[in-house]
Amino acid sequence: MTESLAIRKFSDLANPTCFLALAERVLPWLAALCCVLLAVGLFLSFTTEGDYQQGDTVRIMYIHVPAAWLSMMCYSVMALSAIGTLVWRHPLADVSHKAAAPLGAAFTLIALVTGSLWGKPMWGTWWVWDARLTSVFILFLMYLGLIALNRSMDDPSRAARVSAVLILVGFVNIPIIKFSVDWWNTLHQPASVIRLDGPTIDPEFLWPLLIMAVAFTLLFFCLHIMAMRNEIWRRRVATQRRLAARMAGRGD
Amino acid sequence: MTALLLRDLKLSIRAGGGALIGILFFLTVVAVIPFGVGPDLNLLARIGPAIVWIGALLAALLGLDRMFQTDRDDGSLDLLLMQEPPLVLTVLVKCLAHWIANVLPLVIASPLLGLFMNMNEVAIGAAMLTLFVGSPALTLIGAVGAAVAVTLPRGGLLVSILVLPLCIPVLIFGVSATYAAVEDPAPFLPPFLILTAITMFFAVLGPVGAALALRNAGD
Amino acid sequence: MTHAFYIVTAYAVTAAVVLSLIAWTFFDGRARRRELAELDAKGLRRRGTAAPGGAPSP
Repeated sequence: MTESLAIRKFSDLANPTCFLALAERVLPWLAALCCVLLAVGLFLSFTTEGDYQQGDTVRIMYIHVPAAWLSMMCYSVMALSAIGTLVWRHPLADVSHKAAAPLGAAFTLIALVTGSLWGKPMWGTWWVWDARLTSVFILFLMYLGLIALNRSMDDPSRAARVSAVLILVGFVNIPIIKFSVDWWNTLHQPASVIRLDGPTIDPEFLWPLLIMAVAFTLLFFCLHIMAMRNEIWRRRVATQRRLAARMAGRGD
Repeated sequence: MTALLLRDLKLSIRAGGGALIGILFFLTVVAVIPFGVGPDLNLLARIGPAIVWIGALLAALLGLDRMFQTDRDDGSLDLLLMQEPPLVLTVLVKCLAHWIANVLPLVIASPLLGLFMNMNEVAIGAAMLTLFVGSPALTLIGAVGAAVAVTLPRGGLLVSILVLPLCIPVLIFGVSATYAAVEDPAPFLPPFLILTAITMFFAVLGPVGAALALRNAGD
Repeated sequence: MTHAFYIVTAYAVTAAVVLSLIAWTFFDGRARRRELAELDAKGLRRRGTAAPGGAPSP
């Protein structure tokens, strides 16, 4: 145990340092690209014409669909990191899924709120218990539960391993939940990007949607890298404080 | 393994009636519903199966956090971790013991509550059957939550929060199978078989996840 | 624009959430960086140079 611990600590020193250096180099470019795309996407989404059926509310879709996509992608990223935590005991993976959880919750919240704001003029109600809304809501609850679990444990590496187990169990469960919610309410809306305007999706809607989706994805990765960096720093501060306390206790 | 099963059963029976508290909680939850929705017997009969299922779900979550915590407190969890037979099997046996001691009484008590809810005989039978088949899945999912929160001193509420979203499929198919038994057009078997499949699935996933979490939660 | 209220609210909520996320990450990062700098200033180094007695800095 002590040996593996020593090895882990060793890689703890080596790997995150590389990561920090890499993040320092990549982040400005990523952020700049994200800003440009976001600006273009926003411009397009406000200059294109409204759908003849949905009217101008189709503009909500340009943020709703990317947010919903991110809410799922974020969980996949977390599941991948969880595998990294459990299989390779990689410290960066620990940091990664811990940092991703609040981001996922935030984007899921955006998807829920914008969906609700779209639903009010379109369906005449803020909330319907249709299959997709319900599954996303359950996903939101799972994110919050994971955050709560991570917060409630002191030892970061144990918290990471334990929540990795839960992330994976949740990941395996998501198809079942999706399937059961579909069963529960067969009145659900048919599938996503295509469903917006049917099979003959107008490029006029597709372009802003795609650009916004890419911009949101870049935004997620920017924030994710930043949050990971913060988490690494937080851990370093904690270890150094502990070291300082130990040295002070020893009377050095 | 049989020894472990018997030991767990004895412990949970001797340890001050976890099952009794579970049943009481179940009773109270179901008894409170009419005060909320009014004493309309037709309405109660209509929502009865759902209420019984939700009550059972909540009551089944009640004692979950103690599943591994008592073992951890007295140190026997370390012994279980070091044991010869695979941990997955041990966890499965512990789940079985927990289910027999805490959840099976709920299943047995459910017909009584069905009477309170003015459900007819078929609905009561169907509710009991679906609970019997579906509730092991609740315990098995709960085992993951219990294992994850085993080191937390006050993990009870957290376990419920973590486990409840994962229990939704069980609830959906349990309730829809019960309704299908009462209402004519819907067939009973498909949701019931899916419920069985979910239980089987969690009989694998639950112990594997819980064993993984227990190994990782150790100091 | 039809339904301007809903569209504006949707974009406003999104902007608020995203901006607060960015702000939170940014300021969190700044605070951490400052803490590290403070510890550095106190002479606590990361690479175990300040840990005598062979205690490796974790």
